[in-house]
Amino acid sequence: MVLLLLALFGTGMAYAAAAPTEGDGEAAEAGELLTGDEDNGRELFLANCSTCHGVNAAGGEDGPSLIGVGAASVDFQVGTGRMPLQNTAPQAPEKDPSFTEQETADLAAWVASLAPGPAIPDPGSVQPLIEDDEAISEGGEIFRVNCAMCHSSVGAGGALTRGKYAPALAGSSPKHIYEAMVTGPQSMPVFNDANITVEEKQSVISYLKYIEEQPKPGGLSLGSLGPVSEGLFAWLGLLGLVIATTIWLGAKSS
Amino acid sequence: MTVDHPSRPTGSSEVAARHDALPDSFDNPGLPAHRHRMADTDPVAASRAERQVVGLFALSAAGTIFAMVAYFVWTPEGDFASIKSSTLGVGLGMALSLFALGVGAVHWAKTLMPDAEVVEERHALRGTEDERAAALEILRIGGEESGIGRRPLIRNSLLGALALFPLPGIVLLRDLGPLPGDVLTHTLWEEGVRLTRDPTGTRIKASEVTLGSVYHVIPEGLGDAEHPLEEKAKAAVLLVRMDRSNMVVNDPAREGWDVDGIYAYSKICTHVGCPVALYEQQTHHLLCPCHQSTFDVTQYCKVIFGPAKRPLPQLPITVDDEGYLVAQSDFTEPVGPSYWERGDR
Repeated sequence: MVLLLLALFGTGMAYAAAAPTEGDGEAAEAGELLTGDEDNGRELFLANCSTCHGVNAAGGEDGPSLIGVGAASVDFQVGTGRMPLQNTAPQAPEKDPSFTEQETADLAAWVASLAPGPAIPDPGSVQPLIEDDEAISEGGEIFRVNCAMCHSSVGAGGALTRGKYAPALAGSSPKHIYEAMVTGPQSMPVFNDANITVEEKQSVISYLKYIEEQPKPGGLSLGSLGPVSEGLFAWLGLLGLVIATTIWLGAKSS
Repeated sequence: MTVDHPSRPTGSSEVAARHDALPDSFDNPGLPAHRHRMADTDPVAASRAERQVVGLFALSAAGTIFAMVAYFVWTPEGDFASIKSSTLGVGLGMALSLFALGVGAVHWAKTLMPDAEVVEERHALRGTEDERAAALEILRIGGEESGIGRRPLIRNSLLGALALFPLPGIVLLRDLGPLPGDVLTHTLWEEGVRLTRDPTGTRIKASEVTLGSVYHVIPEGLGDAEHPLEEKAKAAVLLVRMDRSNMVVNDPAREGWDVDGIYAYSKICTHVGCPVALYEQQTHHLLCPCHQSTFDVTQYCKVIFGPAKRPLPQLPITVDDEGYLVAQSDFTEPVGPSYWERGDR
């Protein structure tokens, strides 16, 4: 019985230890914007994307039109590995990119040449301002009003309907966070520059990078998912301990 | 089941036979035979149990000492990381000392202390006649000595004071009022009030709301209200823009409530009032994070899943001369969760 008790407690502890931890922060991408080669981009598009999006990127039954989505959308979808689509599922998950950065830039250049759309941001305008308390505070307020309902107030992500979800934001590069706001990929709505200005977007990125680097003084953060993970820990670990102790108290000694 | 089963003609007689065999009453079976524990019969087991109890108490002592040592080893140095080690060390030590103490005590009682079953009959609740007479006598003497029958002024003033005593409780309830009146049916929105961004309060041009956009909206002048937070809790609005051809149903009564596919809906869930703000751009579903009520914007925010009962109220909007979005009127129905006096509005 004591063994059972220990096993139950151990399960809880093991769960807590195995709970999702924050990914390693990706170093802010400095450097120059890559210039894409439109012709090469078209070749890559025809070989890899046209099955679903059509040879002229006008879309079809299996994929949306890409005319007017802009270079930012291509850079986000291909740069985070969401496209090309792995399989038909409620949502395209983030995975290792299939293309190099230069190839992604080529694809983006060709799609951008079809019709005007949001451009890939200038690296300087998405640089997180980790030292700027004012920007972090402003970014936090904007994030809590516009983003936290899906991504949680610390960017830990959360569930949507029917298998869709808002991904965790830790580890995302500032450029991709910016592009997601501008283009509204998948279930996410668009937050254009009139709604959240370029400076405010930089503040949001600063806030996200700031909280990502915060130490976790409370011990295990349990994925920062708040009551869900803490509740599961309490149910599995602590309630298990209480039940095991209760059974042991009521059992006769052999 | 066998009683009414037609395919088994012998069934009813079997039951009858069994019924006859039942006695009118059962004897008290009494307690099961006492089972000796290992520690009762085997001295080796007894001394092992003793060592276990001593070990648990020693573990408790070790936990106590560890808690004290931890206090000095991990002294908080002003940053949160060192506070974490300090509280973790002290907490684990104290938890161990108390838990091992309790386990040891229970283990001691279960293995080594006598466990013979004992029957103790209840005694009668009623006292003896002498005791009852004595109690009555005490009451009578008390009444006589206090003179409550002889001094009616004291008795009546006492009764009066006791009757007044609960009144302050009722007077204090007064600050539960005044009744809410019509504040539940009205918000800050009225004809011509501009839609502004939350939290900056800047006005929104219709041309800025591109397809797929979501704006979190508060009425202009919210900050000047007497109770801004209470007003915000009623007036918060979610603005979405989608292609009008996505609308599945068309309500002629709501013709002209949107601006070219820009729809404004109350952000307050009709279930228990959480902010409904998880908008899925492709499915046009609005999800409430608290209880997963899902509203379909293409059907005027009809509830398609979850515990909410009513659609989110729509705010009729239009554009003014300068191109800014303004409200046409207040919501046409009370926002937020149902309440008793809401009726069927």
